[in-house]
Amino acid sequence: MAQVAAASPSEERRHRGVAWRVAATRVATIVLVLAALWGLWEAYKWLWETTGWTWPFVVDDTTMPHLHDIVGAFGDPATAGGPALIHPLLDAAWFTAKEALAGFLLGAAIGFALAVVLAHSRLLERGLLPYIVASQTVPILAIAPMVVVGLGSKGVEGWKSVAILAAYLTFFPVAINTLRGLKSVDPRALELMHSYAASRWHVLWRLRVPASLPYIFVALRISATASVIGAIIGETPASIQEGLGGAIVNFNQYYSLQPTFLWATNVICAALGISFFALVAITERLVLRRAPENIA
Amino acid sequence: MTAAPSRVVEIRGLTKSFRTGVTALQEIDLEIEAREFVSLIGPSGCGKSTLLRIIGDLIPATSGTVLVNGKTAHQARLDHDYGIVFQDSVLYDWRTVARNVSLPLEMLRWNRAKRQARVKEMLELVELTGFESNRPWQLSGGMQQRVSIARALSFDPALLLMDEPFGALDEMTRERLNMELLQIWAKAGSTVVFVTHSIPEAVFLSTRVVVMSARPGRIAEVIEVDLPQPRTATTREEPRFFELVTSVREALAAGRGDAARPAAAEELY
Repeated sequence: MAQVAAASPSEERRHRGVAWRVAATRVATIVLVLAALWGLWEAYKWLWETTGWTWPFVVDDTTMPHLHDIVGAFGDPATAGGPALIHPLLDAAWFTAKEALAGFLLGAAIGFALAVVLAHSRLLERGLLPYIVASQTVPILAIAPMVVVGLGSKGVEGWKSVAILAAYLTFFPVAINTLRGLKSVDPRALELMHSYAASRWHVLWRLRVPASLPYIFVALRISATASVIGAIIGETPASIQEGLGGAIVNFNQYYSLQPTFLWATNVICAALGISFFALVAITERLVLRRAPENIA
Repeated sequence: MTAAPSRVVEIRGLTKSFRTGVTALQEIDLEIEAREFVSLIGPSGCGKSTLLRIIGDLIPATSGTVLVNGKTAHQARLDHDYGIVFQDSVLYDWRTVARNVSLPLEMLRWNRAKRQARVKEMLELVELTGFESNRPWQLSGGMQQRVSIARALSFDPALLLMDEPFGALDEMTRERLNMELLQIWAKAGSTVVFVTHSIPEAVFLSTRVVVMSARPGRIAEVIEVDLPQPRTATTREEPRFFELVTSVREALAAGRGDAARPAAAEELY
């Protein structure tokens, strides 16, 4: 019989030791991968520059700046006499993060509600699902001006329109995955609820939703990064200057003069996407305590 | 139709046909009194699980009546008269052992204090005290099934329906759980309908064994098990135990013989 009584103190200490080693290994892996990428980038740049190869593109300090120059750019003044680049970039990241977070939450809520409705009505599922799928084939760049201009004329602030665009990218994976999760409940678990004469509400909240959490979290991880992309792209047609999208448009214009500024902005964009992803992953860790084989 | 107060299950002329044209059950009559332990045994496809599911109102009957405590099966389900245990424990892996047991009590809107007291009592009954905050997947198969039994009995249902609850367990665990189930049955004072494939298990546990034959599913014979209560480990070694095992085995064989006769052709006309 598998007994899982409380671990003895010595076992606990051993567990803590193992946890430390796991954490250390993880950090070492990240450092190693970063170092390897750095090496690859610099080796490629060096090889193409010394041989003069031009395929697939000419390599020089404009197309591929040194990575240490990109990192160094964070400390350079963004405008003559202004503060170091990192300051306006972090401000922009904070601004975009707010849009993305609002969009993420809105999109997740809409996606979840949609999935719950569709899971309870075969008719609605058949009728609506094709249009939900079709909505994602329309490029966000085509929709962005309509949303921004349309809502703008109603007096909605620009950043709220951007949040709605982020939600547009976010709701879809949540809706599809949640629907799948809600419908893939163990039929015997449903019979059990049936035998308790459980209401639909109870079946939904005590069984279907908790059973779908692994599916929902997979969707949230995808949506977390998508919401950041949506916010950055949405800022452009909204002519919002305060965010990362604005920074990209701005530094794009000076690329030939100062390529490192755009690269530095990209690094911040990536970091923002990764932190959103990590936030969802940490929440998942805290919320999901499932059998190891049931965690996606 | 009114049933005697002590009659828990009353089945009259029950027939179940599936849309495919298969007749799973034909003209079943069965009565189960309070505190009985009735096993349904028969070859695969004899409809024993189907019969259990119809009693529990998980699927509808095609014709005939099923009364539980004098009510329709549907009303009995709405009144929380059934505790069900499946072959798999079907525990929710996002809930602790204690919260799994309290699940039906939440549906019944018991308050927290009452729920906690009952969960404690039930875990004592199935001897799992100390495992309250474990997750189901941290327990062995036998322990999981005991949690499942505790959950089924937590709200004092009039009828415990068990569908091959120990079918997935090894022989040793199975025999131990058989003993424990009898102790629980004696303490909880419930009425049990138990589906099984195992002849010794049926004889050891039951007050009556209902032997079924297949295609279409019918009751071939009902065998009273007159072994003394309480049953113990030595019950399995008594000559009477072997006699009863033999009669069940012969009834099963006779049931197969019936099926070999052109009974199936009769249905066509």
